[in-house]
Amino acid sequence: MSTTFSVETPQVRTKKKDRFVVSTMKRLLKNKLAVVGLIIIAIQVIMALTAPWITSYDPATQQLTKSELPVMSEGHILGTDNYGRDVWTRIVYGAQISLVVAITAVTLGLLGGVVLGMLAGYYKKWDAVIMRFVDLLFAFPGILLAMLIIAILGTSLINVAIAISIWSIPTCARIVRGSVLSIKEKEYIMAMKSMGASDLRIMVKHILPNALAPIIVFATMRMATAILSTAALSYLGLGAQPPTPEWGAMIAQGQDYMWTSPHLTVIPGIAIMLTVFAFNVVGDGLRDALDPNMDLN
Amino acid sequence: MITLIVRRVGELLLLLLGISFLVFGSMYIAPGDPASMIGGPTATEADLENIRENLGLNDPFLVQYGRYLGNAVQGDFGYSYQTKQSVADAIAVRFPNTLKLAIASMVVAVVIGLVAGLISALRHNSWLDFTSTTFALAGISIPNFWLGALLILVFAVNLQWLPVGGLSEPFYTAEGFKQLILPAITLGTGSAAMIARMTRSSMLEVVRADYVRTARAKGVKETKVIWVHTLKNAMIPVITVIGLNFGFLLGGTIITEKVFAINGVGRLMIDAIAMRDFPLVQGSVLLVATLFVVVNLIVDIVYTYVDPRIKYE
Repeated sequence: MSTTFSVETPQVRTKKKDRFVVSTMKRLLKNKLAVVGLIIIAIQVIMALTAPWITSYDPATQQLTKSELPVMSEGHILGTDNYGRDVWTRIVYGAQISLVVAITAVTLGLLGGVVLGMLAGYYKKWDAVIMRFVDLLFAFPGILLAMLIIAILGTSLINVAIAISIWSIPTCARIVRGSVLSIKEKEYIMAMKSMGASDLRIMVKHILPNALAPIIVFATMRMATAILSTAALSYLGLGAQPPTPEWGAMIAQGQDYMWTSPHLTVIPGIAIMLTVFAFNVVGDGLRDALDPNMDLN
Repeated sequence: MITLIVRRVGELLLLLLGISFLVFGSMYIAPGDPASMIGGPTATEADLENIRENLGLNDPFLVQYGRYLGNAVQGDFGYSYQTKQSVADAIAVRFPNTLKLAIASMVVAVVIGLVAGLISALRHNSWLDFTSTTFALAGISIPNFWLGALLILVFAVNLQWLPVGGLSEPFYTAEGFKQLILPAITLGTGSAAMIARMTRSSMLEVVRADYVRTARAKGVKETKVIWVHTLKNAMIPVITVIGLNFGFLLGGTIITEKVFAINGVGRLMIDAIAMRDFPLVQGSVLLVATLFVVVNLIVDIVYTYVDPRIKYE
């Protein structure tokens, strides 16, 4: 046993980790759909980061003399909306909003889910209480839980992020708990315990890294759900408020002008669909690359 | 079997208690004074105190919760702050539309999902499989409120074949049926995609099973292998997905009702949240969550019945 520990120096471990990351990436890049997804996400991120440089318009400034210009108009490649605001500009700034809200929501959700899942999986006495609470959150279908939370907090984009993060907790907690339950019985964890390592150290340094694969896949797929839900809640009027260029809110506004300017409804929808599709296929690809038999239920 | 059902119903009752506590508690901690919402801007402090006293808003939380629960069991969910109408009545008027929409979209989801999934599996790796899986992926990624808007644009605005919205006519009349088509497709597409994916993977797994190979080796006809030996077993996980999706469709009606201006429980809920009309929010959220867990329980029981290999302790 002691020889094993002396051979596994930090450098050896880092090399092993690097090899694992490289081989996972190689497998992921063999999946054509996942590559398409990665490209779409990369374009989105670049768009979001460089928004002020790739468009000269302001997303909220109205130009009523230029209202409802069609696609491919001079100076407005995707046309303008009913207030004369450039649609391309609003899509670009919308990417910023979607990504920021989704990343915030998923990060907070992961944090809550990982902590609860770890505690439930590691400590038997916590398990029943935490999992009953998780079951309770599961009793709300679809975005109902998010809506209930918004009912408490009020309508705004920040509250949407909080609501989606709380809605993500139960699924994440279940996944993490499942992984922890199987990992904590492994011999190396027993070895760590017998060497006197603290529970916190075992959980954070030894269990968490080994439970990362399903968490990464969940996070990627959850980005898709978060973007879709942010748009849906804003569409319902419970998220972004005018004049924020949020994609879902843009569809809701565009729907009133569907007869005269259908592009106001069609374009933001394509943006949402492409983004959600991209995160879904990358998530699918990651699952296959990390472990085809991974159980996310 | 009976023991299982009794135990599961017991668990369900506990869960319902938890749901009601969570929903009531959420509204309790939400900012905003119910008395001033009921009394309106012109109410004096004495009026407000009167309202609080009459509604028992000065009582401790648990007393208020107990009273709410006691009344709710008898079908009394309080009164709307805005319209002063009974919450139970407001929901009862709108619920048939919500249920109609959920069932119609379930039919759409099951028919499209099963057919697409079966074709995919039986013609594995063909262009049909590729088309079907691509559509399934698109079905999961497409925002259903956007799909609804597009369907309105094409079939109601441009072609003028179907109405733009509403669900006022009975579904057995021609007009009522027409009103139901676009919302049902809008809501059913996502579930159809999930059912298709599940059917495909489940069929592919069963097709490779040893007993199917044995059946083929014995010289059983291919049609019999598929329809009798494969399909029956492949359907077990699909039934769960279908059942779970019915619950999700109930939740999904919220958005679809908004898109098609359908007067259902979902729209009632959205308006109530926007107006901070807490009794209405409580009542409608409780109803949808209760239906969801009841449907899940039924699915669970049916599942054990269909697959005798599953034995709950």
